[in-house]
Amino acid sequence: MELAGILLIPLLASAFSLLPIGRRFAAPVTIIASAIVLGLAVAVAAEAARTGQVAASGEWLTCDGLGALILLLVAFVGFTAAVFSWGYIAESAKHGRRKSIRLYYCLYNLFVLSMLAVPLLANVALMWIAVELTTLLSAFLVGFDDTPEALEAAWKYVILTTLGAVLALLGFLILYWGSRIAGLEPFTWVGLVEAAPRMPAALLWPAFLFILVGFGTKVGFVPMHTWLPDAHSQAPASICALLSGVETTTVLYVILRLFPVVGVAPGLDARPWFIGFGLLSVAVATLLFIHVRDFKRMFAFSTVEHMGIILVAAGLGGAEAHLGAAFQITGHAIAKSFCFFAAGITVLGMGSQEIASVRGLVRSSPLAAIALLVGGFAIAGAPPFAVFVSELVIFKAGLASGQYLVVAALAVLVVIAFCAVMLHINRMVFGVAENEIHAAIVPMSCKATLLLSAIPLVIIGIYVPPPLYNLLKAAASAMGG
Amino acid sequence: MSNSPVLFALDALTGALFLLTALGIVATRQVLASLQLFVLQSLLLTISAVLLGIAEQSVHLFAVAAITIATKTLLIPWLLRRIVREEVYGTREIERVLNIPSSLLIAAGLIILAYVVANPLLGAIAVPFVRINLPLGVAAMFLGAFTIAVRREAVPQLLGLLAVENGVFFAGVAIVPNLPVIAELAAAVDVPVITLVVGMLTRRIHARLGTTAVGQLASLREG
Repeated sequence: MELAGILLIPLLASAFSLLPIGRRFAAPVTIIASAIVLGLAVAVAAEAARTGQVAASGEWLTCDGLGALILLLVAFVGFTAAVFSWGYIAESAKHGRRKSIRLYYCLYNLFVLSMLAVPLLANVALMWIAVELTTLLSAFLVGFDDTPEALEAAWKYVILTTLGAVLALLGFLILYWGSRIAGLEPFTWVGLVEAAPRMPAALLWPAFLFILVGFGTKVGFVPMHTWLPDAHSQAPASICALLSGVETTTVLYVILRLFPVVGVAPGLDARPWFIGFGLLSVAVATLLFIHVRDFKRMFAFSTVEHMGIILVAAGLGGAEAHLGAAFQITGHAIAKSFCFFAAGITVLGMGSQEIASVRGLVRSSPLAAIALLVGGFAIAGAPPFAVFVSELVIFKAGLASGQYLVVAALAVLVVIAFCAVMLHINRMVFGVAENEIHAAIVPMSCKATLLLSAIPLVIIGIYVPPPLYNLLKAAASAMGG
Repeated sequence: MSNSPVLFALDALTGALFLLTALGIVATRQVLASLQLFVLQSLLLTISAVLLGIAEQSVHLFAVAAITIATKTLLIPWLLRRIVREEVYGTREIERVLNIPSSLLIAAGLIILAYVVANPLLGAIAVPFVRINLPLGVAAMFLGAFTIAVRREAVPQLLGLLAVENGVFFAGVAIVPNLPVIAELAAAVDVPVITLVVGMLTRRIHARLGTTAVGQLASLREG
C-alpha cells in the first residue's frame, strides 16, 4: 500500500504542475507531495529495518533492506531539493520564462518518480526501464538553463548514458536467458540469486560485464565518466543535488544487486573487477581535483570518487565492508546534496561557478561560506561526519581481511582528495577578494533547505539511531555480506 | 522447437543483410540515407523476429515484430520528420571525424571483435538460431556505438544510438524468445521516448546555437 502510494503521489504532483495554475502552485504542491513521499519512505524503511522485507501489491512491488535505504535517500533528497527549487528556480527563471517553471516541476516530479521506482520494482526488466527513464526525464532538467554549455552537457548526458543503458540491456537479456535455463519463471532479484548457481557461468560472466560497463557509464566510473562533470556542473543546483546525490547511487544500487548473483555462481569472482574499477575511479577523480577550476565540477568529481570508494568497499567483501559501503552511500547522498545546495547559493550570490572568481566569501556572504566549509568537510571525510566513519569502517574491514595493498592505495588517494578539496574551498572562503562584491540576497527557501539538509548531515556522523543501524545492516546483508 | 533448414537459411540471409545495413549507417554521407537504412534495418529485425516466431512457435516474437514495425519503421521516421525536418532533408554531407575507408576498416575489426565476444556464449548453449543472431546482433551494436563516435551531428548520432538498440534486439529475439509481454510493451515506449527527447534537444540546440554539429561543442573541458 505504502509502496504504491510512493509511486502514485509524484505522478499526481507532476500532472498538477502542468495545469495553468501550476505556475503559482507547482512549487508548494511539489514540496507537499515530496514531504508525503518522504513520510511513506520512512515508514517503509522502518518496517524493512524491523522485518528485513516489505512486500506489497503482489509480485510487482517489493522492498528489502538495500532497496529501502535507497528509497529513503531518494525521498529525502527529493524533498530537500524540492524546497530548494522553490526559491532557486523562481530566482533563475525571473526573466519571462514562466511556462518553463511548470515544465520544470512536471519533469522534476517524474524524474524523482523514476528514481523511486528503481528500488521498488520487483521485475528486473521493468527496473531497467525505470533506470532508462531517469536519464530521459532529467535530460531537459540538465539543459534547463538553456545556455550553450548546459545544452552541450545535456546532449552528452543523454547520448552516453542511454548508450550505456542499452549495453546493460543486452546484459539483462543474457541474464534472463540464463535464468530460463536454470528454470526460473519470474525475473526478480530474489529469484536471480536463487537461480544463479544453476546458471551456466559462460552466460553469467558476459552478462555481468555488460551491465557493469553499461550501467557503470551512468554511475560515472572511469573511463566512462566523461559526461558526468559536465552534466553535474551545468544543471541547476537543485537538479545537481539529485543527479549527484541519488541518481548515481540508484544506478550503483543495481550493480551492487548483481554482486550476490555473481558471488554465488561457481568459478566466478567479481571482486577484482569491483576493486579495479573502483580504485581507478578514485585515482582519476583525485588527480582531476587538483587542477579543477569550477567548484560545481569539483563536487561532481567528488561523486566519481565516492562511487569508486563504494565499489571498492563492495569488492572487499564481508559483512563489515558491506556495512561500510551502506553507510558510505548514506553519508555521500546527504553530504553531496548539501554541497550542491551550498554551491547553488554561492552561484546565486557571486554569479559565477569559477573557483578563481570567488574569494573572501566569508565576508561577502557568510551563510554560503559556512555552508561550503561544512559541506566540504563532510564530503571530504573529516570527523565528525558520516563519510569519515564509513571510510574508517571500510579500511578496517579491508585490513581485517588482509587486503593491505587495496586499503593503502585507497587511504592515500582519499587523503590527497581531502587536501585538494579543502584547499580549493579554503581559498574561496578565506581568500582575499580583489574587489568587494555585494552578494545577492539568498531566497528564504534555499536557507531553509540548508538547515533541513544539515540536520541528518550533522547527526548521523555522531550518532546512528538504532533503526537506521538495523536498516544499514539489512542493506549490507542484501549485498551478500 | 523445430529446426527447419529453410527458416534457418532465411534467418542467416536476414542476418547478413542486417549487418550490411549497420555498415551502411556507418558509411553513408547523408542524413536521409541514414534514416532510410535504419528503417530497412528495423524491417530486417522484424523479419528475423517473424522467422524465429515460426520456428519457436512463440506468440511473443510476433508481438515483438508488430511493435518493431509500429515504432521503428513508422513512428520514429514520422517523429524525426516532424521535429527536425530540416535536419533530415538537408542534402549536405554529414560531418565526420574519420574518412569512410578508415571507418569501414575499423568497422571490420569491430565485427571480428563481436564474434570473439559472442563465441564463449555460443559454446555454452547450442541453439541454432542463437549462432546467427547473437554475434550479428553484438556486431550491429558495436557498429552503432562506433557510428556515434565518428559522427559529429545530432541526428546521425541519434540514429547510431537506435541502431545499437536494434542490435540488442536482434540478439534478444534469439536468446529470449519468451520475454514477458510487459517488458516488450515497456521497450515499445522506450524507443519513441528516446527519439522524442533527443529530437527535442536537437531542436533546442539548433535554435540556440544555429548548428547541430554536436561534435564541435567543446566548451566543457578540463584545465
